[in-house]
Amino acid sequence: MSTRNQVLKLYKMLLRESEKFESYNFRSYAVRRVKDAFRENQNLGNGDALKEKISEGHKNLEIIKRQVLISQMYKTDRLIIENMSRN
Amino acid sequence: MNKLIQRNNAQKIFMYFIKNIKLTSTFSRNLTTDNKFQIKEEFSGRPLYLDAQATTPLDPRVLDEMLPYLTSYYGNPHSRTHAYGWESEAAVEKARTQVANLIGADPKEIIFTSGATESNNIALKGVARFYGSKKKHIITTQTEHKCVLDSCRALEAEGFKVTYLPVKTNGLVCLEELEKAITPETSLVSVMTVNNEIGVKQPISDIGKLCKSKKIFFHTDAAQAVGKIPLDVQSMNIDLMSISGHKVYGPKGIGAIYVRRRPRVRIEAIQSGGGQERGIRSGTVPTPLAVGLGKACEISQQELSYDHARIEKLSKRLLDMIFKELTHVVRNGDPIQMYPGCINLSFAYVEGESLLMALKDVALSSGSACTSASLEPSYVLRAIGTDEDLAHSSIRFGIGRFTTEEEVEYTANKCIGHVKRLREMSPLWEMVQEGVDLKTIKWSQH
Repeated sequence: MSTRNQVLKLYKMLLRESEKFESYNFRSYAVRRVKDAFRENQNLGNGDALKEKISEGHKNLEIIKRQVLISQMYKTDRLIIENMSRN
Repeated sequence: MNKLIQRNNAQKIFMYFIKNIKLTSTFSRNLTTDNKFQIKEEFSGRPLYLDAQATTPLDPRVLDEMLPYLTSYYGNPHSRTHAYGWESEAAVEKARTQVANLIGADPKEIIFTSGATESNNIALKGVARFYGSKKKHIITTQTEHKCVLDSCRALEAEGFKVTYLPVKTNGLVCLEELEKAITPETSLVSVMTVNNEIGVKQPISDIGKLCKSKKIFFHTDAAQAVGKIPLDVQSMNIDLMSISGHKVYGPKGIGAIYVRRRPRVRIEAIQSGGGQERGIRSGTVPTPLAVGLGKACEISQQELSYDHARIEKLSKRLLDMIFKELTHVVRNGDPIQMYPGCINLSFAYVEGESLLMALKDVALSSGSACTSASLEPSYVLRAIGTDEDLAHSSIRFGIGRFTTEEEVEYTANKCIGHVKRLREMSPLWEMVQEGVDLKTIKWSQH
């Protein structure tokens, strides 16, 4: 797989997992942070810096997966603005 | 003529109460009579959280780092005879390095405590008592956190002299006054970095430089500043610094104190025991909490500029929305020398507690959480010379890493709506609209 595809796949996986956070605040933060991080690093080139970022991304993906599970175990009521936007 | 106006005003206020009593009594019988007075609004769901100065949520990345030490790795970090102890010790030492890196210190200078309150106690009482035989004077400010002021009171009872420096109306310490207060007897100056109620940033570098030139120890309570603004104990000449875990998206129940080693600051320990943490804070270090604080500091260091830019943007949005729609709103504290995540506003002619009650769908506070049970106006606002009535109408908005734009906009809109509604009910507001200067009114007859 080319590096470009690798990065794209990682990006999609990170976003898909972030969307699963139960907590509104953690979910919005994770999605926003992933998008901003990829935007910040879009001109990183193809060297070691990119490889480092990719492995960092994979580590974060694992963290998000575990934390999503925990957030789904201890649910709370939805926030008032979440209920508003659904109506 | 003047008397006539006064009588008219008195009558107006009396009529207001009569009117109000009638309306509230109908209100209690029938909820739909007049929705102007209907405080209980229908809403479903949890309130939004805008009280980042009271505490912050635990970052999921921090929890992820802590969990193994709450489950598998339970060894006592001070056990030297087996692997369970060693792995916990390694984790605690890694955390110590992470905390030290954030403030430019050496890991050996970091001591884990139970929180910033304990750190402040250790700093003030520890330094004062150690050097107490020669130097019996301490300087602090009137706007410090309760635990600093209370430690000073305790020291006063022991025979120490304490100067409580007044602050300027913008909440900042005047350096000339600080310099004047210093005597050959002074052992310690304690000034907080970012105020927990009004968010002002004190000129820490300048105070550090002054204290260094006078060979006085400088302590700063940086609970609200660590991980939010860049801090460096070397360039800022800080000798002691208090750090809190739960204000930087870390766990509650842990904090740290930085104690300079070169030149060495000596401290008399408050807690006796097994001599952990270089004898300054005996008691087993809670490994999972220490790991959490370390990770929280590491994340804050990486995210400092990202978080700061974001919080600045949200803060500006909130202020723009409120100031566009409302007049007679006063921002407490210096508008430039401040941390943007803490906005303290006074809404004139509105009672702060009524506004907080009305804004039930947003978790806000009128000031410090420690004093939020009392209806007294905040001593910080009184210290910066805020009028009694404005001090009663203050609200603190705390924006953090996980606050969203929607939350800020919702809060601003709700706040604007309720302030307008409450002002319409207020006879004082009516009088102000008619051009009466409230300060000229004599309220009582004696």
